[in-house]
Amino acid sequence: MERILTRWLDIPDLRKLDVYVGNGGYKALRKALFDMKPEEIINEVKNSNLRGRGGAAFPTGVKWSFIPKDSKKPVYLCCNADESEPGTFANRYELELDPHGIIEGIAITCRAVGAHIAYTYLRGEFTVQKRILDAAIAEAYASNYLGKNILGSGFDLDVFTHRGAGAYICGEETGLLESLEGKRAYPRNRPPFPAIQGAFGCPTVVNNVETLANVPHIINRGADWYKSIGPEKSPGPKIFCLSGHVNKPGLYELPMGFPLKDLIYDVGGGILDGKALKGVIPGGSSFPIFTAEEAVKVNMDFESVRAAGSLMGTAGVMVMHEDTCMVDALKTIAHFYHHESCGQCTPCREGCGWIEKLVTEIEAGRGKMEDLKVLIDAASNMEGNTICVLADSLSMPVKSFVPKYRDEFEAHIKLGRCPFKDRDGKAGGLSAAAGH
Amino acid sequence: MPKLTIDGKEVDAGANLNLIQAAELVGIEIPQYCYHPGLTIVGNCRMCLVEVEKAPKLQIACNTRVAEGMVVHTKSDKARTAQKAVLEFLLINHPIDCPVCDQAGECKLQDYYMDYDQQPSRFPLPEKNHKGKAIDIGSGVMLDQERCILCARCTRFFDEVTKTSELAIFERGDHNRIDINPGQPVNNKYAGNVVDICPVGALTEKEFRFRMRVWYLHRTASVCGGCERGCAIDIHHHRGRIYRFKPRFNPGVNSYWMCDEGRHSFPALQNETRLTSPLVQSKDQLVTEPWGEGIRRAASIIADYRRRYGPNSIAAVVDAQSTNEEAFALKQLMKTAIGSDRIATLSWSPPGASGDDDLLIRANKNPNARGLAALAIPADGLDGLAAAVASGELKMLIAMRADLVRALGEEEFVRRFGALDYMLVLSSDANETCQMANQVWPIAAYPEIDGSFTNFKGRVQRINAAFPPPGAAIAAIEAIARLGHALDGVDRPSSADAVFASMTAAEPAFKGLSLATLGEHGADLAS
Repeated sequence: MERILTRWLDIPDLRKLDVYVGNGGYKALRKALFDMKPEEIINEVKNSNLRGRGGAAFPTGVKWSFIPKDSKKPVYLCCNADESEPGTFANRYELELDPHGIIEGIAITCRAVGAHIAYTYLRGEFTVQKRILDAAIAEAYASNYLGKNILGSGFDLDVFTHRGAGAYICGEETGLLESLEGKRAYPRNRPPFPAIQGAFGCPTVVNNVETLANVPHIINRGADWYKSIGPEKSPGPKIFCLSGHVNKPGLYELPMGFPLKDLIYDVGGGILDGKALKGVIPGGSSFPIFTAEEAVKVNMDFESVRAAGSLMGTAGVMVMHEDTCMVDALKTIAHFYHHESCGQCTPCREGCGWIEKLVTEIEAGRGKMEDLKVLIDAASNMEGNTICVLADSLSMPVKSFVPKYRDEFEAHIKLGRCPFKDRDGKAGGLSAAAGH
Repeated sequence: MPKLTIDGKEVDAGANLNLIQAAELVGIEIPQYCYHPGLTIVGNCRMCLVEVEKAPKLQIACNTRVAEGMVVHTKSDKARTAQKAVLEFLLINHPIDCPVCDQAGECKLQDYYMDYDQQPSRFPLPEKNHKGKAIDIGSGVMLDQERCILCARCTRFFDEVTKTSELAIFERGDHNRIDINPGQPVNNKYAGNVVDICPVGALTEKEFRFRMRVWYLHRTASVCGGCERGCAIDIHHHRGRIYRFKPRFNPGVNSYWMCDEGRHSFPALQNETRLTSPLVQSKDQLVTEPWGEGIRRAASIIADYRRRYGPNSIAAVVDAQSTNEEAFALKQLMKTAIGSDRIATLSWSPPGASGDDDLLIRANKNPNARGLAALAIPADGLDGLAAAVASGELKMLIAMRADLVRALGEEEFVRRFGALDYMLVLSSDANETCQMANQVWPIAAYPEIDGSFTNFKGRVQRINAAFPPPGAAIAAIEAIARLGHALDGVDRPSSADAVFASMTAAEPAFKGLSLATLGEHGADLAS
């Protein structure tokens, strides 16, 4: 298949402005500025069925159309480059290798929603990426793709970059806005939604890096072309982040709806050491895990993954083979969300720590059978009851790991230790443990 | 006006109300920690989760506006499960140290545990997170971070009401803690309010800690006498002792708040110096005498001066600490029983006292200066009285609550009023003016009487007697009625309601008001 989002593999030095322009770059921006009205841009993106790539899969054109048309306040665009979902590493390479693709997407989006200021919020660790993006922005200003009266169109746009200080919650769109405003990144209650009251109390669109990177291609080649890639309801090219026990982990651009089985066994080169597949988290660590049997039947698009009982999220596909201790895996996930909970809402603040403690005890062989019920209770009580979805992000793994791998949890409790380790705590394997 | 249904009850709600407020209208309490009507909504505690039909998830009542046709269930299985779960989460890391916690008895964790939870802990005690305890954060406020449920009421108070932001939340997740910025203790004249609004025992008042279990305290609605703002308060008392003042909501006066000066003004009302018996000057000493003798003595002196020098040889000074009823009763006594028109106000604030600020504090430290003005008792009458003393026309002075010696300084007092023949002082405390008096009558302090104060904006608010005055002290209006009766045999009203009623008849400013209908928020002067 033609590489669209990952053109950098085919075009060396795509990050440089002259190379980018030489390969059709900023053509879409010209089209958006001179040949299309803002409503036409919004409609084109609406018709393309582009859905947000940051995890929530909300239709991008619809999100844009929520911005009030006659706003007396300024409108802002925030490009969410706080990529922090465990198992996800696509935005990082997009920023490094195709910064102008993102800038062009930002400029077109701003034209569509009437924004004259855009912020790119980068995660704290993205120091190199910020440098690269800043350099590209400077190039774009120098060639009047940004700044005043862009290309003589009369449209002004300033783009700023802002680096966070290293918290997962800053990637949540309202946490991001709070952080951008210089405050503690506590997610906000909705309503009001950012489209009405976002950054600095003004109408704001928050879009993920990859979402924005899709926009120039849609403007260049049209909604129908875009919809022809993958399933109609969630079409387009998608960058999959494949990690874990596969022979060829990495970034793969594939059409939406690509079979997960082929992603693992074909594109990913199969399971490490020829072992058996045990489970796959399809969308970053926040989502329910698929067992091996479930995984091989799923196609990777928003609808199919949802129908199969999980969510595609950021397409951070994490593969675990038969030697993985699922209690240990859940412990790692619980540790992450406990560490990253902002602590604003009671259920998440207290529940994440509780769950980590419970899973840690079970993993260490100090668990009790009733802990399994408490785990599910705590997870259920967190879910859907908080301001943002961080609580759900731990609840969903718990509520899938425990029932799907219940025998492993029970084995830890009955044995009084991890069956994947020998009595000295060294990693062995379930088969090794069976002999004891 | 949207109509909605809450737990099967129809509610006609105002358009801007949230579900907590709408439920209150029909007597349904939705449990809440972080929500406070005087602060912005943050929705972090999740205690007010309720089921709203057609909504996909439970909604927080505090951040859900009423809408036409909305159907809300606050006690459905789903809502109950969530409310119980929130309590379980809140208690996971809570130290459960109720036996030594001052909040016990007025703690929302205790209350809601009984109402919504009642399950044994599923979290082992040794694994609880530990944070700072008994931290003195300044301005008389103590912080226990382990008891804190991070509702952010205190941080919002300092951010939004005083706009000083002394407190913030540090760390994240279940390590979150409220704290001051390092090396910057709270130094705020309104700090006590964060103790009031803390729903748990995280913020306690240094002065109140370990003094009294709150379930022994009685509450009496009153008004703070600390300045002319007249913040509505509740007096918390037990066996005739005041243990604390708490602000009481009055939208037209103080909202939900009060200042720390007012909050800590009550110890001065129950000093060792309280007078418990009528006194009379005898051989350069004040000695006790029964009320009957004191009344007779004063009446005969007044009668004697009237006969010898005319009614204007007798004057009265009313302090702006007096209630409307006290001031009116004395004014009437001067007019009807004595026939003097010499009456003046003392409205004095100690030097160095705090000035007006943008929130509540007023420079005039008298709760009823406006009330005396409304009764047309001249504010600048003292000079005239001094001149009359100098010219020999004025022989006798009745001073009610007026500590003239302290206000003028001893030298100035002697220069202006030293030539008086006779001084009758009505006072709660043995002050320097009492030392100069011929007769002293012990009167009740304002927590001990019914009556009213008029604040600087003309809002007349009711005060109520919390407990009887000490010893033989009586209400000033009663002393005035008894003196009047001794002078002319006329029965004068001696209850606050009756005095207020005659006041509304006689004084245009108070026209149309009645003490009984002032309500908890008071009413504005007619003019």
